[in-house]
Amino acid sequence: MQKSLHINPDNCTGCYQCVLACSDEHGGDFNPMKSRIQVFRFEDEGRYVPYTCTQCDEAWCQKSCPTDAIKIDANGAKVIEDALCVGCKVCTIACPFGTVNYNADSGKVIKCDLCGGDPACVKACPTDAITFINADTTGFDKMRAWAAKTDAGTQSA
Amino acid sequence: MAWAGKLLRVNLTEGTCVSEPLNMDWAHTYIGQRGLGTKYLMEEIDPMVDPLSPENKMIMATGPLTGTNASTAGRYSVITKGELTGAIACSNSGGFFGNELKNAGWDMIIFEGKSPKPVYLFIQDDDAQLIDASDFWGKSCWDTEEGLKAKHGDEFIRVASIGVSGEKGVKYACIINDMDRAAGRSGVGTVMGSKNLKAVALRGTLGVKVKDREAFATAVAAGKAVLAENPVTGQGLPTYGTQVLMNVINESGALPTHNHQDVQFDGAHDISGEAMHEPRKSDGKPNLVSNAACFACTIACQRVSTIDRTHYTVKDRPEYHKASGGLEYEAAWSLGAATGVNDLDALTFANFICNEHGIDPITFGATLAAAMEMYEEGIIDDKITGGVKLTWGNAEALTTMVEQTCLVEGFGVELGLGSKRLCEKYGHPELSMAVKGQEFPAYDGRGIQGIGLAYATSNRGACHLRGYTIASEILGIPEKTDPLESDGKAGLVKAFQDATAAFDSAGVCIFTTFAWTADDLTPQMDAACEGEWTTERLLEIGERIWNMERQFNLAAGLTAADDTLPKRLLKDAAKTGPAKGKVSELGKMLPEYYEARGWSAEGVPTAETLERFGLS
Repeated sequence: MQKSLHINPDNCTGCYQCVLACSDEHGGDFNPMKSRIQVFRFEDEGRYVPYTCTQCDEAWCQKSCPTDAIKIDANGAKVIEDALCVGCKVCTIACPFGTVNYNADSGKVIKCDLCGGDPACVKACPTDAITFINADTTGFDKMRAWAAKTDAGTQSA
Repeated sequence: MAWAGKLLRVNLTEGTCVSEPLNMDWAHTYIGQRGLGTKYLMEEIDPMVDPLSPENKMIMATGPLTGTNASTAGRYSVITKGELTGAIACSNSGGFFGNELKNAGWDMIIFEGKSPKPVYLFIQDDDAQLIDASDFWGKSCWDTEEGLKAKHGDEFIRVASIGVSGEKGVKYACIINDMDRAAGRSGVGTVMGSKNLKAVALRGTLGVKVKDREAFATAVAAGKAVLAENPVTGQGLPTYGTQVLMNVINESGALPTHNHQDVQFDGAHDISGEAMHEPRKSDGKPNLVSNAACFACTIACQRVSTIDRTHYTVKDRPEYHKASGGLEYEAAWSLGAATGVNDLDALTFANFICNEHGIDPITFGATLAAAMEMYEEGIIDDKITGGVKLTWGNAEALTTMVEQTCLVEGFGVELGLGSKRLCEKYGHPELSMAVKGQEFPAYDGRGIQGIGLAYATSNRGACHLRGYTIASEILGIPEKTDPLESDGKAGLVKAFQDATAAFDSAGVCIFTTFAWTADDLTPQMDAACEGEWTTERLLEIGERIWNMERQFNLAAGLTAADDTLPKRLLKDAAKTGPAKGKVSELGKMLPEYYEARGWSAEGVPTAETLERFGLS
């Protein structure tokens, strides 16, 4: 079963626990700017939105890479192979979502790699705003809620 | 590890920014933030100094856990001699500023002297510089924060700033960071203004490391689990914020109302956390938009609110239609119950204004309440108030006066003095509901005996956050004590004060202590920081800090005579509710407290006590 990160901003409080977990997992320190997941705070609306790579099947980043440094691992994650990455940043331009970024400390690009199948951000999130679930059914929770709303006989919505 | 190991010394007179190694001996004896900052202040200033003189210093300090993923570990404190109180001041704030300072590689900043012209400090990791702030002087905290982000072209800059109130000497100006988080009490923003320092803007990208990553991860996960499973930190605070208390405290007969003339408020529900969830008539939306978290906080007690767009305060002012920091319990009480105003939108508006311009809503609301009592009693009149009717429950008086106070105009100039100076000016010092010049927060010392003692003995003037006995006396944490009983409260207050001083020095939020004891903090400290950290050591440091703060105050000229409560709490019995007929039994508790502390009958730490904590 392929799993994917599923983000529900309705649950997010903007606490950055995901950001800190990601930075710790990949860099061994707590450094929000080096996290592969970011939380954007839209203060005027009171909304907090985590955002990271969704692991496109046909990944623009991978197609654009001139050195074939972006590989697909067993979880379907697009993973940077540091030995091949030359820091050209073409993938950061190719990605439509901005989720591949350059790290000046290493001279390589960084992006979400799903932590080898057990994402640290998911474990750290206190409100289930980020979950790692069956990629084929990510919409089912929303469908269930709307199904209940549209059914006059359902009271438990 | 955990500590960055260096501090930034900013001499505003000379315009210099110099890096210094952190005194690690002191770090191991005072931890960080409140404890370590106070130690530096003790060593570097004369406690008799005028708070607004260049000889006073102002320290912004993080704790060793600040910037890590320990729950709530984004705190910083501002330590100085307070303008409101003339006592040690230490105001703690959340948001994201504390982490940014730590991530830039600094444990603390010491500001000394006075700049010849308005400046702001801009830090990008190792690089620190003072920059001309004439474009920002006269601007609000909100405009300053947005303006600095725009000027530097970086939305991730974190800013702490003062408003016009801090520039012009309102006695209880705050320092506002991240738009609505505040180092709020005792006039720390007034001190900042006296130094011609408008703002501190930060960008930190260096990372924060701990001693033992694996042990730290285990300890942090355990701490987070305790918070999630606790009914207060896991349910009550996320759902209602601190406003979960409004109805609870009212029912306990300890909600100070009408400048402490009453202990219960008819309008309590209208301004409660529950009311913030109720849909309003105009648009069917509730006051509360969402609950939000400070950096790394898994509790998320912060309220994010909107004002009803048809409300008189904002119907012609669309700039206040956006969501912003909503009412916390203390502000809802001071702006509401203290003044008798039960209009939730008026209170929310007043709260926005306090955040926008940087004044402490607790002291503001309490000062307005004292002014209202003087107005109702005919001590002051329309000529003095500029025609504004300061009658109990008058929402328009509240919303007019909050803007006048923030902008230092009209009768707001006098409200900006705080209740002590204001009531003294009109010959009625007894109407100021304050200790050491700082106004009470939202709990009455007659209906909750322990908190009365905590107020009287708090080193920074009346404060609930120096020993939050409400946890025990009302909520039963860690065990229930009878709020109406004064027996045993001396020991309870001391225990809360000492533990709190340790938590305030570590970099985490005091609200964790609804669920955590020091035993929950210890493994996180021990995994993060060099050396061996035990609960005994943390609590010993907490007690050392308390005694050190006491030494500062005694050297600043305060005495046991300042450890008291207004006559109203000592003589006038509560009129209604469970505490009906009760006064504060401070006279009985205070000697017990001095004894428990190892202080003389005059409230002075004995030589033996000082020796025990290495404070001789």
